[in-house]
Amino acid sequence: MTTSFRFAVNVTPKPGILDPQGRAVEGSLRHLGIAGVSAVRVGRRVELTVDAPTEREARETVDHLATELLSNPLIESYAVENVGAASSARAQEPVA
Amino acid sequence: MTVRIGVVIFPGSNRDIDAVNAIEIAGAEAVPLWHESVDLGGVAAVMLPGGFAYGDYIRAGVIARFSPVMRAVSAFAADGGLVLGICNGFQVLAEAGLVPGALLRNRGLRFVARQVSIAPERLDTPFTASVGERRPLRMPVAHGEGCYYADDATLDEIEANGQVLFRYVHDDGTTPESLDDPANPNGSLRAIAGVTNAAGNVAGLMPHPETAVEAILGSDDGLGIIRSFVESAATRGAAPRVERDLATAAR
Repeated sequence: MTTSFRFAVNVTPKPGILDPQGRAVEGSLRHLGIAGVSAVRVGRRVELTVDAPTEREARETVDHLATELLSNPLIESYAVENVGAASSARAQEPVA
Repeated sequence: MTVRIGVVIFPGSNRDIDAVNAIEIAGAEAVPLWHESVDLGGVAAVMLPGGFAYGDYIRAGVIARFSPVMRAVSAFAADGGLVLGICNGFQVLAEAGLVPGALLRNRGLRFVARQVSIAPERLDTPFTASVGERRPLRMPVAHGEGCYYADDATLDEIEANGQVLFRYVHDDGTTPESLDDPANPNGSLRAIAGVTNAAGNVAGLMPHPETAVEAILGSDDGLGIIRSFVESAATRGAAPRVERDLATAAR
């Protein structure tokens, strides 16, 4: 029996790593008339569903994927958050 | 017999024809290697051309890293085979961990497509042996993510090991004054344009020597690099053992 777990992987540039996109966002603030916003860092959010017997195993899969593909450990860090069971109907289907 | 050089073609490669042309001008036979190939067909060296492999999704080069042909290229490199990655090919090699560092979005945010000058740091490598003299070489860049990055410890280490292959310079050969100096088109740390692995048989660079091989293209300064690569490959010969093992494993 497996359950579907829904995760979000948030990938962000490590502290100190050049982030031109963040700088560009900061540069646009004055055009919007916004003050008091700083240290903008632009990352990437990847949502995915993992079918696994337990949440621990599902997280292991996500960690593997995040380290190998979704982030580059040289320049980026990531955080995984559980965003709830993907679909209870699918989770109750018998496993072949 | 003419030396055979493999040119890897990923979905989204777009400088493969230029790579083939440059290899032929340098007197070798170019062998296209599809990204799903599990063997390298006995080629003497492998070139990874420019483009936008697999759409450059997630990060430039990362999805290409997991393609079947890259498994074969990694094994070939581990066995001492010569591998040259240009532009997107450099990004693929960096993502695969075959050369040190990473390529970040250009410091100025813009996609940069223009002629630049680079200077070889060394003339005793398989990629620069036929360049002749240490002078600025004119060739184009065309990339959005070419800002070379590695942490300070890694930068010190690759400098000490002689792994910095090319640096961006002014047309007169002088060093860029800052990371925002236009001579350094993407703001690369220490103006690094190309590096090798520790063993010296795998190299990557952002500029395009393969599109600067004939005067009609605006410069033929890149030909020395391509010729070095081809001639070194001819001297070393093929490394068929690795490919045979891989082909057997795939069955």
